Order: sequence, then C-alpha cells, then structure tokens
Amino acid sequence: MKHTLQQVFRSGKFVVGFIIFCILLLIVLIYPLIVTDPPLTIIAQGTFFPPGIYVNTYDSVNSPSTYILNLENAGVKRIASKLSDEDRLAMQEFLIVAGVPAEDIDITNTPQLLEQWNSNYDPSKNISGMTLARSRYFQRLNTSLKGLLKPEGEILAAINADSGDLEQIGLVNQNDYVNVGEVANVRLLALGTDNFGRDMLTELVRAAGVSLLIGLVAGLVATLIGLVLGLVSGYIGGIVDDLIMFVTNLFIVIPSFVLLILISFSIGQNKRGAFTIALVIGLTSWVWTARAVRSQVISLRNRDHVNLSKLSGHSIFHIILNDILPYIASYVIMAFILQISSAILVEASLSIIGLGPRTTEVPTLGLLMNWAMIYQAHIIGKWWAYFPVLVVIALITFSMNLMNTGLDQVFNPALRE
Amino acid sequence: MTDEKKSCLRGSGLTKIFGLGQKKTVAVDHVDFNFYAGEIISIVGESGSGKTTLAKMLLGLISTTEGEIYFEGKLRDISTQKKKREYWKGIQAIFQDPYSSYNIFNKIDTVLLDCIKMRGGGRLPHAKKIEMISEACSFVNLKFEELTNKYPFELSGGQMQRLMIARIFLLKPKVLLADEPTSMIDACSRATILDMLMALRKETGMTLIFITHDIGLAYFVSDSVYIMEHGKLIESGTADEVILHPKKAYTKRLINDVPKIHEEWDLSTVKVSSIWNEA
Repeated sequence: MKHTLQQVFRSGKFVVGFIIFCILLLIVLIYPLIVTDPPLTIIAQGTFFPPGIYVNTYDSVNSPSTYILNLENAGVKRIASKLSDEDRLAMQEFLIVAGVPAEDIDITNTPQLLEQWNSNYDPSKNISGMTLARSRYFQRLNTSLKGLLKPEGEILAAINADSGDLEQIGLVNQNDYVNVGEVANVRLLALGTDNFGRDMLTELVRAAGVSLLIGLVAGLVATLIGLVLGLVSGYIGGIVDDLIMFVTNLFIVIPSFVLLILISFSIGQNKRGAFTIALVIGLTSWVWTARAVRSQVISLRNRDHVNLSKLSGHSIFHIILNDILPYIASYVIMAFILQISSAILVEASLSIIGLGPRTTEVPTLGLLMNWAMIYQAHIIGKWWAYFPVLVVIALITFSMNLMNTGLDQVFNPALRE
Repeated sequence: MTDEKKSCLRGSGLTKIFGLGQKKTVAVDHVDFNFYAGEIISIVGESGSGKTTLAKMLLGLISTTEGEIYFEGKLRDISTQKKKREYWKGIQAIFQDPYSSYNIFNKIDTVLLDCIKMRGGGRLPHAKKIEMISEACSFVNLKFEELTNKYPFELSGGQMQRLMIARIFLLKPKVLLADEPTSMIDACSRATILDMLMALRKETGMTLIFITHDIGLAYFVSDSVYIMEHGKLIESGTADEVILHPKKAYTKRLINDVPKIHEEWDLSTVKVSSIWNEA
C-alpha cells in the first residue's frame, strides 16, 4: 500500500494535477478567511466594473496630508487619458469637414489640435451624413476637453450652513498627490464586478468551492451506487445481474443529460438547492461506473484467490469486501475522480441553460456563466465576467484528468512510457 | 483394490454445459466415477479436456448442469452458505498457479489464521494459534518467523505452493483436490512438493485427487487413474491397468507423448543395455 502511494507520487502527471488541485483547494479554503464579505452582496451601483484598484475620490481629496510631486510628464499623461488616439483621429476628421486644410492638422501636436478644435467646433453645425450618435460623441468629447490645458488647480467648495452661499474650502492643484496607503477607502476588485455589481473574485472563489462540493457529493453518490450495483450484479450474477443490467441499460439508452434536464425542471426553481442538484447529477451518472465495475468483478470472481477464499469458508460479503474490492479499488478511485470532474462540468452546463441551483443562495461556476451570458458579457466584451470562470472550470477538470491519467499509468503498467 | 474400501466421492452422470444454443460447449459430459477413501486418484487429460471443470464441480465452486455428487455415500447438499462451509471442511484444493492463488492484499498470517478459524479454533489463545501455524510451516520446511507479516508475493512460487500445503495441513480435510499443483513450478521444487503431499497424505490418510496432464506422474503416485478426453471419462482403472495396458488410442497417445515415460517404458533392459553400450 505504502509502495503504491510512493509510486503514485512519483508519477509526474499525477503530481502536477495534484499540485494544481491543491492550490485551487487552498485558495477556496483560505480566501474566505481573509475576505470575509458575503459573496453575494451587491457593492457596486452599475454593472461590470472593470478589474482594478478603486480609490475613494472623496477620501483622497480630504486625505490628511497632500504631497506635491513635480513630475515631468504628468500633464501629457493627463491629456492622453482624456484624449485617446481614436479621439484625435475623430477630431481630425471633423476639422477637415469643417474646412481646416488637411496639411495644417497635426494630431500629435496637442496644443495646436486643441486650439483648432476650440475655434472650429460648433455643436449646432450639422455635417451631412453624420448620425445622431456621432454628433453626440463629438459633444461629449468637447465637454471632456474643456480646461484640458489650463495650468491652475480646481477649487473645492461647500455650502455654508448659515448663509447658504458656496464657500471655498480647499484647492486641488494639478501636482497634488495623496498616498494610497493614507486614503481611508481603497478597494481592490481584482476581477471587477459582475452584472449585479458584486465583487467577482469573492464570488468566483465561493462558486469554485460550491462547485467542488457539488462535484464531490455527486461523485460520491454516483460512485457508490455504481460500485454497489456493479459488485452485486457482477459477483452474484444470474437473475440479479440480468435485472440490474436491465435498469442500467435503460439509463444508458436515455441520454443522462436529457434526464437531468427533465428532473431538474420538474423539481422546480424554488426547490433546486445546490445539494439537490448534486444528488440529481449523482443519481443519473452512475451507469458507466456500474457497468465497468461489473465487468471487472466478473473477470475477478473466477480467479483462484476468490476460490480459495470461498474454500476458506468466507461469506459472500467478506469475499466481496476483501477479495474483490481491493483489486478494483484503484479503478474505483479513478472513476471517482472522473465522476467529480464530470459532475462539475454537468452542473455548469445545467446552470448555463438556467436549470441549475436557485440563484439566491450560493453562486456556482455554472451560475456565474449563466449570469454573464444573460447580461451579454461576452458580447459587450466584459471578459472578467466569464473568462476567469472558464479558467477555473478548465483548471479543475484538467487537474483531475491529469491525476486520473497519472493513476492510470501507475495502476496499469502497460500504459507506462 | 479390495471391495471393503469405502466410497469417498461418487459422481453419476455429471455434466457441465457452458453457454446456450449455438455457442454451448459441453465441458464435462456424463461422467461417472467412484473415488475410494484413502486412495490416490489421478485424473489425466490434455488441456481443455474438462479436468479443471470437473474439479471445480467436485469442489462445489461451480454448479453442475446435470448429475449428482455423493460425498461419503450421501448426496452432497451445498444449497446454503452454512452447508457449503461444512462441505469445504471435508474437501479442499490446491490450485495450479500459486501466484494467483493468494489475495495479494492479505498477509500470510491471515491466510493461515483463517484455516484455524475454519477448523473451529477461532477462540483459541493467540499463542496456541501461532504454535499450530509454526508446526504447519515447519512441516513444509518453512519458518513462520520469517513469513510473519509478509505478503504472499514476497515469496517464491515454490514457497507459495508449500504454504498452500501448510494450509491443507492445518485444515486436515478428508479429500484434497490438487489441480496440477506442480505445473507452474521448477523441476526441483516439484519433487519437494510431491514429497510433501505424499507425507501429508501418509499423516492424515486423506484421499488425494491429482488433476494432471503428466501421465508419468500419475503412474508413479496414484492407485487409480482416470483418463479424460473431450469431457468424457474414457478409461479408468488402477494405474497399472491403465498405463501398462492402455485400451484406448487416446491413452496410448498420451503415454507416447511423454518422453520420460517413453524411456522407462521401453523397459529397463533397453536403458541398461544402452548404458552398457556406452561403457
């Protein structure tokens, strides 16, 4: 036994798969200890905030100490962030239509470009062939360019409670800086927010945990049912075997996914918890395990060591447990790992079509995909809403399949390289 | 062979058919026999002649399609697990391949302790059990101290087969069915194992049934010989009758196929004269 374990951990594929899986598992277990927010609280007003560090503007303006840094290209960067290359090209296009000679326009010369823009732009002017959306775009661009080149800072004002007048309470200069560490409220949204405005990373970690749990429960149920039925029908044979195989064949003939959809649908949205879904998946995916275990048991039951055990007066239960089970244990473990990974995939596919667990309690990987799809994250390019989910699903199943292949090579020496 | 001998195992019309319809194979075809207690019986035949199937039926490991087996004069009843257990106290077996005869997950101690348990000694004090096991092991020239806590696959083939004999020593059955017990073992160990089986028979007086394809072995050890061809018993009688005066062509062929027999068959004079010539 010890020897086998050593061999298992000497198999490169198994070790790689095992490490990936352990890392995922550790993240799932440790992350909730660090970030204790409930994963489904809505924190953002609006949908799909991009990933990044969010610094509170109010707190940075009112930060206890401001620092003055005179950095050379601060102005250039500021302009660049407001005036992209795309905008410059659009401005050039507008100016040419407005009558500025093309050779006079240099889009890399920002002050000249802005000057030409300010003197030529007229919102009331209607260029033929321009759509409403386009003219709105130019209006927005014009507003954002106001005061782009001015050197002075901006005044902070507050309403005086007594007189009701605006009073200056501070001045924010262009070279004022705050230290992020001193700003009271900074939030890292490493994967942005989803369509409901929830922290995607927290949600994803929790979803991975729930999905793994669903996989584990479904895998356990499927492997247990398959193992017991396979052992019984393989070892006892005869009419018991015929009966069990009849039921098994029924399940094989009906595609299990169709069955899953029907069961899932008939349970109804309100009763579909994550645990129920796991059970349903487990109850529909034991078929191949049962068949495989049965065939292995049939080949084992006429072996001499089983005969010897019979001759030693052991009961059927004892023989199955001691003389059959250890011989197929390696196979059962591999089947179990595969069942887990396929159950995770099945849950994801079921949730994507909206028949997964109800959406109010826990996120699952499939539900995240479902939400991203409903809110068209893939069409409007909000990759952070679905791509990390895909990566996590892929990593889980990849690591499990790797472990499985590794185990296969250890237990089945004919496959060793 | 005198008539006062008691019948130990008797079969009448034993038949085993595998498969159904077009694919059916008759492995054992209406076999009748009567094995007497205390004898050494050999069942000889080629591969596929149904020897092993017959042995498994005798052991009750597979069901019979037709026919009855009488054990010590009474119709054998193995309908329940309990009755099977009783039956197996009386009849035991040694299998052909020692490497596949053991459960590789069980230690040697377990194998031997199971035997004591089966003989009803499950409640004996542990020291007594160890004593019994050591005795059995020393009977087959093995040291239990060296075997304890080892797994069967750590032993050589010959040692494993000797351990099988130690198992029989502990169980002391009335009938031992040895299904080609030496065919997977090298020639040196073969002689040792045969010696041990003979010694064990001498000590317990059990009936020994050899299943073998080695007609030479059958001739040297057995009291009666049964020849099987295509599932039928075609010839039976004492070893001298069958092998010195074979009636069936198949038996003659079997005898001629064994080179060792051949040499000794052509009478010792030939051998002696050839030695003389060489000298």
